[in-house]
Amino acid sequence: MIYILQQSLNALQLGSIYALIALGYTMVYGILTMINFAHGDLFMVGAFFCFIGATYLKLPFVPTLLFSMLGVGLLGVVIERLAYRPLRQAPRVSAVITALGVGIFLESVVLVIYPYPQHIPTLIPNVTWNVGGITVSSLQVIIVLLSIALLVMLDFIVRRTMVGMAMRAISWDRTVVPLMGVPVNLVISATFFIGTSLGAAAGTMYALAFPVIDPYMGILIGWKAFICAVVGGIGNIRGAMIGGFILGIVEIMVAAYLPSTYRDFIAFTLLLVLLVFRPYGILGKPRPQKV
Amino acid sequence: MKKTALMFSLLMIASMILSACGGAAGGNTIPVGGIGELTGDIPAVGASFKNAAEMAVQEVNDAGGLEVGGKKYKIEFFIEDNAGKADQSASAAQKLITQQNVVAIIGPNASRYAIPASEIAESSKVVLITPWSTNPKTTLDANTNQPKKYVFRACFIDPFQGRVVAKFALDNLKATKAAVLYDVASDYNKGIAEFFKQTYEENGGQVVAFETYTTGDKDFTAQLTKIKEAQPEVIFLPNYYSEVPLQIQQAHRLGITAPFLGSDSWGSGELLSLCGSDCEGYYFSTHYAPDNATPVAKKFIDAYKAKYGSTPDDVAALTYDAFGLLWQSLQTAGKVDRQAVRDALAQIPKYEGVTGTMSFKEGSGDPIKSAVILQIKGGKFVFFANAAP
Repeated sequence: MIYILQQSLNALQLGSIYALIALGYTMVYGILTMINFAHGDLFMVGAFFCFIGATYLKLPFVPTLLFSMLGVGLLGVVIERLAYRPLRQAPRVSAVITALGVGIFLESVVLVIYPYPQHIPTLIPNVTWNVGGITVSSLQVIIVLLSIALLVMLDFIVRRTMVGMAMRAISWDRTVVPLMGVPVNLVISATFFIGTSLGAAAGTMYALAFPVIDPYMGILIGWKAFICAVVGGIGNIRGAMIGGFILGIVEIMVAAYLPSTYRDFIAFTLLLVLLVFRPYGILGKPRPQKV
Repeated sequence: MKKTALMFSLLMIASMILSACGGAAGGNTIPVGGIGELTGDIPAVGASFKNAAEMAVQEVNDAGGLEVGGKKYKIEFFIEDNAGKADQSASAAQKLITQQNVVAIIGPNASRYAIPASEIAESSKVVLITPWSTNPKTTLDANTNQPKKYVFRACFIDPFQGRVVAKFALDNLKATKAAVLYDVASDYNKGIAEFFKQTYEENGGQVVAFETYTTGDKDFTAQLTKIKEAQPEVIFLPNYYSEVPLQIQQAHRLGITAPFLGSDSWGSGELLSLCGSDCEGYYFSTHYAPDNATPVAKKFIDAYKAKYGSTPDDVAALTYDAFGLLWQSLQTAGKVDRQAVRDALAQIPKYEGVTGTMSFKEGSGDPIKSAVILQIKGGKFVFFANAAP
């Protein structure tokens, strides 16, 4: 029993990071119907911003987190402005290829600056508590609570604010909404800012939990988070959160009870099966193609 | 437009053919190839390799060249980056053999890159000496399980290293219950983990958890929680220096207090900076101990320090030895010829290297040599014990 609780805690930590990254994919898709394949690499850049903030600027935890979120959020806006906006009317495959290119560009730039894996200093003192046999670390608590706080905040922004309403309107219909006086470009920029800064928050927390970072760390995580977004129903924000936690739980539980070699194999088989029965994801709805 | 493109590609092909035929062999230089992990996931290994290789070549050239069969030859060194990829290792070997016409190749270092490159060298009948690849498969033919004829190494092999660590855990640490966590997608980690398990169990120990992950994983909490449940007295991590700090830190966060053991992949200075105080007091087996050096080793360490400002790690030392082996076999062969170098290398009776004395016997590319156990103490690698073959 204690063992399963301990593993659930591990799953919660991993799942909340996946959920935060998955949100970036789903938000961009929701508004532009485009998959931002550079998102995993923006997550990596977030981890490196955390490294810069903590090592060179010697910032404590909260300013480091804000520094990373702000920096990467602005980077996301710039990328959208320079790389994606000129292609908004182009065939969708051009945008996807551009996104892949942006991802490789980010990896290469970071590789030139930091060719070696870097070590993140300890920002949160490592305290472990023993709660009825379960070992809980200060870091785990912070990661889980902070992720949930960010998720709740995002849900509030999207559902209860004007920007959120505009986002939802644009994702509903991108041709008519501008005619109503909604500043589309501004809203899209805001979406990129929020989506990538959540990715940066995930990157920062990931870097604190697993303090060895390298320029390629975002690739596999990015794929996994993308799959979470698809499983949850791409374009749906709550779906991305659910998808993230599902993958976290499945991955940890497979490694906990079966030979860990099977982990990715079983996790992705389960997700495939799920998609067979719900091709639009758990919370996704079919979008009829408008002719 | 089309015509220009055609002309251009014809020119390209022609120049490629010409350069392939021209080669660098003959004349007054000996072309030697090197393949290193200059970028990718273990760039510190590549950097040490490059430093030591350039130093070994420069020493010979500064002395006026290498005397082979009464004539002095300068060494021409071509270094290729495999970018930490198996396919690029193979294509780098191909390029060095066909385009640069090298007499021999030194590298790659990690087994997962050395194995594909060695296949190319073997089929092209060119000597390849890997400094640091300890997996037995590197020098064995995958189909016949017979030793490869042209592939050699400067280091000991994993069965030996697995045995050394298993014995150390049993005899020195008096631990009878061990756990292992290793990268199942990497030949090196997998091989050594299995040999550790085998020796440990044959000698009365019990492996209570044998857990795996795949290259690139960062979250090991599920496996470590499982290991914690099994209550081992010692945990063996035969993994690369970039992953070990994560594993140990996560283990500490889960409240694991058992000591950790490692293999020669720990021996990079990077491990110390990545790990901080978390690795303090743990042990690993490796090729040489800079603080317990022989006169030959001392000379190398001092020269390396003077040139690069840091203590050479095991990769640098083994790379230097791999070049030393090549120089000695070129001199024994008495001519610059791929086959003659191979024959001389295969029967080197004694080579006094930085990493100890080694010898080769016809029928195996693995040298006979000993290992050392180091301890991490005060943020440094400190000599702890010797382990004879």
